[in-house]
Amino acid sequence: MVTIGTTHRPATDLGYLLVKHPERVHEFELPTGRAVVCFPEADEARCTAALVLEVDPSGRRDTPDGFTLGRFVNDRPYAASSLLSAALNKAFRTAMGGRSKDRPELAATAIPLDVHLPVLRCRGGADLAHRLFAPLGYEVDATAIALDAEHPDWGDSPYVDLRLSGTLRLADALHHLYVLLPVLDDAKHYWVSTDEVDKLVRAGEGWLAAHPERELIVHRYLAHRRTLSEPALERLAEQDDRVVDDSVDGVAPEDTDEDAPALAVVRREAVLRVLRAAGAQRVLDLGCGPGALLADLMADRRFTEIVGVDIAPRALAVAARRLRLDRPGAIAERDRQRVQLLQSALTYRDARLAGYDAAVLMEVIEHVDEARLPALVRSVFGAARPGTVVVTTPNAEYNANYAGLAAGTMRHADHRFEWTRAEFEGWAAGVAAEHGYTVAIEGVGVADPDRGAPTQLAVFTVAGGTDD
Amino acid sequence: MTELPVPALSLVALIGISGSGKSTFAGRHFAPSQVLSSDGFRAMVADDENDQSASAAAFDALHYVAGKRLAGGRLTVVDATNVQDHARTNLVALARAHDVLPVAIVLDLPEDEAWARTQRRPDRTFDRPVLARQSRDLRRTLKKLSREGFRTVHVLRGHEEIEAATIRLQPLYNDRRELAGPFDVIGDVHGCRSELEALLTRLGWELSRDDAGRPVNAAHPDGRTAVFVGDLVDRGPDSPGVLRLVMGMVRAGTALCVSGNHEAKLLRKLRGKQVTVSHGLAESLAQLEGEDDAFVADASAFMYGLVSHYILDSGRLAVAHAGIKEEYQGRASGRVRAFCLYGDTTGETDEYGLPVRYPWADDYRGSATVVYGHTPTVEPQWVNNTICVDTGCVFGGELTALRYPERTLVSVPAEREHYAPVRPLAPVAVRERPGDLLDVADVLPGSGRRQLETPYGRIPIEAPQAAAALEVLGRFAVDPRWLIYLPPTMAPAPTAKADGYLEHPREALEGYRAAGVTRLICEEKHMGSRALVLVCRDEAAAERRFGVRGGEAGAIYTRTGRPFFSPAVTADLLARVRAAVSTADLWAALETDWLLLDAEILPWSAKAGELIRGQYATVGAAAGAALPATLAVLDAALARGLDVKELRDRTQTRAENAALFTAAYRRYVRPTADVTIAPFAVLAAEGANLAGKDNGWHLAMADRLVAADGALFTPTARVHVDLDDPASVAAAESWWCDLTAAGGEGMVVKPADGLLRTARGSLVHPGLKCRGREYLRIIYGPDYTAPETLTGLRGRNLGRKRNLALREHALGLGALDRFAAGEPLWRVHELVFGVLALESEPVDPRL
Repeated sequence: MVTIGTTHRPATDLGYLLVKHPERVHEFELPTGRAVVCFPEADEARCTAALVLEVDPSGRRDTPDGFTLGRFVNDRPYAASSLLSAALNKAFRTAMGGRSKDRPELAATAIPLDVHLPVLRCRGGADLAHRLFAPLGYEVDATAIALDAEHPDWGDSPYVDLRLSGTLRLADALHHLYVLLPVLDDAKHYWVSTDEVDKLVRAGEGWLAAHPERELIVHRYLAHRRTLSEPALERLAEQDDRVVDDSVDGVAPEDTDEDAPALAVVRREAVLRVLRAAGAQRVLDLGCGPGALLADLMADRRFTEIVGVDIAPRALAVAARRLRLDRPGAIAERDRQRVQLLQSALTYRDARLAGYDAAVLMEVIEHVDEARLPALVRSVFGAARPGTVVVTTPNAEYNANYAGLAAGTMRHADHRFEWTRAEFEGWAAGVAAEHGYTVAIEGVGVADPDRGAPTQLAVFTVAGGTDD
Repeated sequence: MTELPVPALSLVALIGISGSGKSTFAGRHFAPSQVLSSDGFRAMVADDENDQSASAAAFDALHYVAGKRLAGGRLTVVDATNVQDHARTNLVALARAHDVLPVAIVLDLPEDEAWARTQRRPDRTFDRPVLARQSRDLRRTLKKLSREGFRTVHVLRGHEEIEAATIRLQPLYNDRRELAGPFDVIGDVHGCRSELEALLTRLGWELSRDDAGRPVNAAHPDGRTAVFVGDLVDRGPDSPGVLRLVMGMVRAGTALCVSGNHEAKLLRKLRGKQVTVSHGLAESLAQLEGEDDAFVADASAFMYGLVSHYILDSGRLAVAHAGIKEEYQGRASGRVRAFCLYGDTTGETDEYGLPVRYPWADDYRGSATVVYGHTPTVEPQWVNNTICVDTGCVFGGELTALRYPERTLVSVPAEREHYAPVRPLAPVAVRERPGDLLDVADVLPGSGRRQLETPYGRIPIEAPQAAAALEVLGRFAVDPRWLIYLPPTMAPAPTAKADGYLEHPREALEGYRAAGVTRLICEEKHMGSRALVLVCRDEAAAERRFGVRGGEAGAIYTRTGRPFFSPAVTADLLARVRAAVSTADLWAALETDWLLLDAEILPWSAKAGELIRGQYATVGAAAGAALPATLAVLDAALARGLDVKELRDRTQTRAENAALFTAAYRRYVRPTADVTIAPFAVLAAEGANLAGKDNGWHLAMADRLVAADGALFTPTARVHVDLDDPASVAAAESWWCDLTAAGGEGMVVKPADGLLRTARGSLVHPGLKCRGREYLRIIYGPDYTAPETLTGLRGRNLGRKRNLALREHALGLGALDRFAAGEPLWRVHELVFGVLALESEPVDPRL
């Protein structure tokens, strides 16, 4: 629900601006339920319109997410979100257009307005609500709502009780809400139409371009159209009473360092240098993720056969898009034939991976439970047995240099371990001895004099060369 | 009449000019499906069997099909002229690629007769010179067939011979599948005659001796057959004595023997070939000096006749000296023989200068048990249904036999170290148990679907589901060696008819009547998280049975195979479980040193804390703040006389429902330090799949654990029901009402007698859940009890969920069966993986 009130006199002119008679109840059918506009108060001094949304409890049949519990039990019937944004657009379309048959001058005039959203889903908390609305001329009063009164230790819910007041044109206020509700919500919403960009441009006219949080607004407003949902995986997470982690591309603190070129780039360059020095032509990228290294490998024709391997089909789909393999004719046929993407699990042996010149395990081993590493080692070094293996992994000692990283925590939520230099060296030496490789270790990135480089890189070379 | 012997598994090339009667001959002697004719393939690819321009494509297709047949072990006959060199070269190569024998049958009909026949066929349009050229080619062909690699060549000259010939299919020498045993498979003897006598005696064999007191034969009173894995000779003190005994047994039909590499080398030496006298050959030669020429000649003939491997017991057992991979079993070729004698060598040598052997058994996925020797080990270990029984007797180890089908090992110690090993004998398992590396091919369907066979039915797994399961298992699961089972999903009882209820005991109990089950047990359904608790008595049990060395002796994992707790908490809980199992004396009761419990771990918040806070509490918080605010607005509007009464009342009801919703999830939240385990089944113990035992037994076991440690284990309340006794049905209904009124999740109704099948042989549901009215609020949403919503929900379709539950049940039971039978890890894992793959199927998660 949202209420919009004014103290402009006569306040009941609000009914003219909204094209809603304050003494009547106005109902609207929406794709997701019903909306009602009524006026809890309407007199000379003060008038308030309330838009009450009743979301269809049965859930929509045409949502693409298939059967997941979140579809049936969620906050949409209660919290202001993109659904409310759509309802505003439907109920107050004329007012949003700045048109008024009866009060055209008033529609073009800034009037005192107050807006109340008792429950607004607000990712980023009250602070973000301030950052988004204050620059637009509102007084912002955002109060966090507790998650569960009986469990104060659980802290705040993702919702705030938001009150805005300011002197604005009604149409502008409606536009602000229309754009910023979904931005604050930032949840997956599945019914985004294809002309979202156009809508944003129209609704943001006159205010978005100058907004200090413009990038965040645009990014969030459009971001979820890129979300790749993986229903099968979500179902399995749900079987386990878990919240789905759908991050393909977790942003590590190392990549937010503004002083140096992103470590990820430096790391890829280091890996490419090693591969070129080894003369490798047929290369495996094990744990290729969304394919950043694959793209670099594709750019260099001396790599004649490139195989990207990942355990996550979702990551491979992103990689295919990045490499433009998903559209026929997007790249030259001879380039297309240089690359293939495979789903595999490195703790399983895979005959398809045997016999390559080199394999890269770039920031991969730390995503495997330490107890399962021997299985990975056996399948990569024992079974696939490439001539050269390049392994990179974080240097845990260096973590102290990341201001944003609390002591004792790791760089990524899915990291199972992060090793010191001594730990990595010990592991690498053991692997090399057991499987007949020699190993050399170097640091990647700007090194700290005491703690070493942020990334450690090991090059394993099969002893005696590949003579088969 | 000429009888042409043809190996039962071979590639037969018919050779003859056009019109020589090859197709007629093939049709007379072979089944139509065995014959691949070039004419037929030309017709297949080009609509015209005489279209010579289609020959290349036709032969391509023919070779492809022939390859598929040979890979499947099927006799294949190629009906083409085959008078040109390249045609035959291709066929010999194809035969070799599949390790089958190439056979040539030449139909040598005079050219005039062939021309006369050709002219009678209007579709043959070629000229006489073509036939003349074929004839010339055939003449040249005849001289070189055996040089080209054909192991059997039959030439039929003229019409009469061709008409009179018959084909006799001969089984391969290695094919003794008609022998069903029982067998005693004996490891490398290496001249240790005395130990061999001791072993045979211990196995119950009765030896017979010649006048000099030397053993020359043996027989077993139970009619057992000995199978020697080769390497009878060299290194040890009495190779001739071993040969004499084994030769006697083989000739008497009480033993079989395959060739070892040492027999092969000794034979070459005896036949005058240049060989390096090393690795104990000198001892054999010296000992043979003391034997007469007749014995040496006899021994040579014996060794010459030794085959590379035997296929026994309807193909269930294969014996070869150094092992044999699945594709080579029952095949015959040089490389098959080399593999059987020398193993799969990598071409590298180790620090002692010995060849590094490729661990072929790690890759073995065949169904036949393979017993072999060749590589001395301290303790024989099963690796993927293969076992090496060479325990280095000659090096001072033991001489070992595997009893088959009993699969028990019997050993006698060496009397002394007869020969110093180059490399010290060491346990093979210094590395991880080798068979435990799984292969993606064990779980991913190449394309389309994978069919899993269980005694409870064949279950298909689709590729997208397998992909999801691979990601989850690969990223998050516990070590697959612990993962011998995953629980099936549980179907709800049929939808209730009673007012205000979606699920109710009446339908839950009656649901079983249709399956013919009337004795039921209702078990309290704990609202926690499903968990499997695998506990070993000690680290030795973990290593012996699960191959896990070091680390925790057990695991606690979720229904998707993830570790339930951090390693520290797991260790602590397992220690307490272990102690309770000891106190309850279940190790002895179940004759085991490990067991697998099916349980619910409480509270729900122990695992689902993030979910409760992220999903349920947020909904509660949003509703709790939004609805009162809306109500206030509507009340104000109502006070102004606006017609919002209905909406206001609806909102009021929704506010009440939201409060009930919050109350519902709060019941399952408590401090996670108070974790308890509510076991309800003992699924497996050593050598046994216990999942199918009656549920009274399972709960009795659980009760013993509760009695042993009431702080760790939570009891499960239960009532017994006899569907034919209305009073017991009524009692169960009121029990459920009380249980759910007090905040319980509900109950699970199970057949009292455990694993049951319907009259048609399909599985009966192992349990149907019947959930409480308030609990369902957190599943179906706060407002699900609204009459119109409930009416809609009553139409819910349970069919898919019920079907899914049974398919998963079949896979889980199958996995436990396989584990109990000691099958290799990959065989267990493919079914466990299947359960998880099925779990990713799109089925309404509220069911």
